[in-house]
Amino acid sequence: MTGRAKMDMRLARQSIELDRVGMTYETGSGPVEALRDITLSVREGEFVSLVGPSGCGKSTLLRVVAGLRPMTSGSVVVDGAPVVRPIPKVGMVFQAAVLLKWRTVLDNVLLPAELAGLRPARYRERAHELLKLTGLEDFAGKRPSELSGGMQQRVSLCRALLLDPPLLLMDEPFGALDAMTRDEMNLELLRVWGEAGAGAGERKTILFVTHSIPEAVFLSDRIVVMSPRPGRIAGIFDVALPRPRTVETRATAEFGQYSLDIYDLLTGRQSNTPAMAGRRAPA
Amino acid sequence: MKKLGRKFLETLPAILLFAGLIVVWELATTVFGVREYLLPGPATVLEAMFSGEINWAGHIWVTGLAIFGAFIIAAVSGVLLGTLIAWSSVLGRALMPFLVFVNTLPKVAVAPLFLLWLGYGIVPNMMIGALIGFFPVVINTAVGLSQIDDDMVDLGRVFNAPKWKVFAKIRIPNAYPYILSALKVTATAAVVGAIVGEFVASQNGLGYVIITSQSSMNTPLAFGALIWISILGLVLFGAVAVLSRVLAPWAEGREQ
Repeated sequence: MTGRAKMDMRLARQSIELDRVGMTYETGSGPVEALRDITLSVREGEFVSLVGPSGCGKSTLLRVVAGLRPMTSGSVVVDGAPVVRPIPKVGMVFQAAVLLKWRTVLDNVLLPAELAGLRPARYRERAHELLKLTGLEDFAGKRPSELSGGMQQRVSLCRALLLDPPLLLMDEPFGALDAMTRDEMNLELLRVWGEAGAGAGERKTILFVTHSIPEAVFLSDRIVVMSPRPGRIAGIFDVALPRPRTVETRATAEFGQYSLDIYDLLTGRQSNTPAMAGRRAPA
Repeated sequence: MKKLGRKFLETLPAILLFAGLIVVWELATTVFGVREYLLPGPATVLEAMFSGEINWAGHIWVTGLAIFGAFIIAAVSGVLLGTLIAWSSVLGRALMPFLVFVNTLPKVAVAPLFLLWLGYGIVPNMMIGALIGFFPVVINTAVGLSQIDDDMVDLGRVFNAPKWKVFAKIRIPNAYPYILSALKVTATAAVVGAIVGEFVASQNGLGYVIITSQSSMNTPLAFGALIWISILGLVLFGAVAVLSRVLAPWAEGREQ
């Protein structure tokens, strides 16, 4: 796909529009600038990862987009509406599964319906569907403590998807899992997202925070590399790897090159191989 | 059956120690000839526990009621105050110093005042027990209600859930194990309070039996009352343990 075609698509419909977003918060030892001048557009159905070292504000940025933390300058527009308070049409997945340990798996998945004041009974079928989609149909009546870490995170994903939000915000969702489970969950996420199915228009928009470069390369359409103190965009990569992505994708030269380019940008290392096309300077 | 067998093996050391102590106790009184008014033997105490010499059932009833009342008052007021503290930070800031002050008072010393204000009878004894037992409930309720993952709080905010709903669905169930472990402490405190009240002034109850039998040197009776008191305490403690297994089975094994 040429850069021009990509630009056209991006103009077609924006899901998230960040305009010079800045955030400073007060601490005991004075103000700390967490985010500076973040400008980014995410189009509908796009999978965008935020990568960077800890302290680069990527998790904060995710919460600013959700309206959970106030920005101090700039603006955020989600689905055409400026974000001034927590936005309802969003699914959130965190590093910890944060399940209610006294509830069954099914009742945990149904929690958003209850919190949003909807009738949970009307979502039971959907909850069962989601559990089936993630291979948990036999665990609907189990308690979270009876599940492995990967399974708990699947439950948390089902919960985020229950109300069918157009936007998923994921904050290092697989960061606490072991490497093999993590790879497995990556594939599963792409499958649930609908990678192999319909066009990008029917997929959810995903903003995905991770500190794993290979994970970002494997999952994303675009990768936003952030640098710390204050958190700002160091560079944006278009990942042109074909979809659906498979286990073999990780073994390709392109995959390795993307990973290396991002690594170089993050660490300031001078690479002796030519960078992949598609890298763009910060806006 | 196999499980029952293992359970028996697990409790066997405790049973053996208990039986051994009773044997030593019996031997100490018979072999060394300790006098009965100093240390009555187990058989004598057992006999005294069921003797018709005093109205045991009446005393047990009065003390049991005082203990139960103290426990309920402490539990209800403790949970309410703890919820208020967790609900509003302004209320919390207003209430906490006062509650800490009340807790530092030697409650036993307040007992005569309670009798002065509330008159003799079962009510002041309940109040003393409640006063001793309510503080851990307040603290644990407040802590349990606020020990929620920040991400869980965000989840509630994303769905615009009203505060009461977050309390009902997330915070209160989360606080169950904290509240129940405080109630175990309260169960013991209620016993202490009720007996202290009876020591200070009363016409009946197991505390009254101990005080009067001590002055008449009827030590077997005092021992009998002591064991009845510990049985009442054990029953209440056991009831709380069962309640926590029913209400918060997910917390089992985490604390014990």
